[in-house]
Amino acid sequence: MIFLELFLTFFKIGAFTFGGGYAMLPLIQAEVEAKGWIAQEAIVNFIAVSESTPGPFAINMATYVGAEMGGVLGSVCATLGVVMPSFVIILIVAKCFEKFKTNRIVKGCMSGLKPAAIGLIAAAVVSVGVTVFFPAGWDTAVFSGAPFWISLAICAVMAVAAFKKVHPILIICVSAVIGIAAGYALDLPL
Amino acid sequence: MKSPKRLWQLFTTFFRIGAFTFGGGYAMIPLIQRETVEKHGWISDDDILEILAIAESTPGPIAINSATFVGFRVGGVLGSACATLGVVLPSFIIISLIAVLLRDFSDLKPVRYAFFGIRAGVLALLLKALWTMFKKCPKKVVSYAIVACAFVLSAIIDLNVLIIIAASAVVGLTASLISERRKDK
Repeated sequence: MIFLELFLTFFKIGAFTFGGGYAMLPLIQAEVEAKGWIAQEAIVNFIAVSESTPGPFAINMATYVGAEMGGVLGSVCATLGVVMPSFVIILIVAKCFEKFKTNRIVKGCMSGLKPAAIGLIAAAVVSVGVTVFFPAGWDTAVFSGAPFWISLAICAVMAVAAFKKVHPILIICVSAVIGIAAGYALDLPL
Repeated sequence: MKSPKRLWQLFTTFFRIGAFTFGGGYAMIPLIQRETVEKHGWISDDDILEILAIAESTPGPIAINSATFVGFRVGGVLGSACATLGVVLPSFIIISLIAVLLRDFSDLKPVRYAFFGIRAGVLALLLKALWTMFKKCPKKVVSYAIVACAFVLSAIIDLNVLIIIAASAVVGLTASLISERRKDK
């Protein structure tokens, strides 16, 4: 039953993501890969779509995976799943906020969860890097191919742009234009 | 307090917030502040800080956490349902449309080339985001050790992400309790 599975999977993702935003990426990668739902390449593509459309990353991602797997009903189930844990927890916390904020146990756990999120996102970024540079798996042959060097050049230039605080949407648009130009100029076999 | 008009206001306000924030998460906070504090006077500036503190220490997306919290303050459980629905709906509609477009056009050559370039650009954006997060990491040996362990366990040993998250909460708790006890002595 794909709808129940979508709901439960994204419920789990929603319940274990602390810090929001990209902290969800490692979990989504792990779950979607384990279930064989969507190719890693499509996920990386979709990060770009998510960056260029309004709304939280988590909701965008859940809606997209849900739609791919089960149409409109699928995206409803996935989105509901990812929203539900925060919704319920916040309702509880809102009633006893003062106790929660100063709770030593909550603070202690958070002091471990924050750095863990950074390490996990770093691992997710590495796996995105593998998808970008070694789309067909680890093989030294890619070093002699044009796509590798074009990707490396785009990534390097855009990283500088990103650190100079150029807007993400502009970075994505320029990357797309370079991709199209290089693709046709060299007739890349993609 | 829970008049239908108030609930409708919550819904439309958070719909606007959801529709005009790119990147989600923290990008949403200034807009939430303007709409709920300055425009409607539903909550105070201090509440915004509280919401941030809570959102950071509970699971789930910050947008959902804040919408639920403000909605609850303003209109109880029904209020939080309206606010959360409002903040989710814009993304939901936009992404549902894009998913259909992607399915139809993603095999076209120019689209494949465009995404070939975009994937490299996204990697750059992720590196920047990672660096921003890393700078905010507490400057303590334990924190850096957890960062390193989580990375190695996930990237190299491929351990289940949920296990890593649970274990790091336990390690963080233990470390903070130990340092507290030392201070007491």
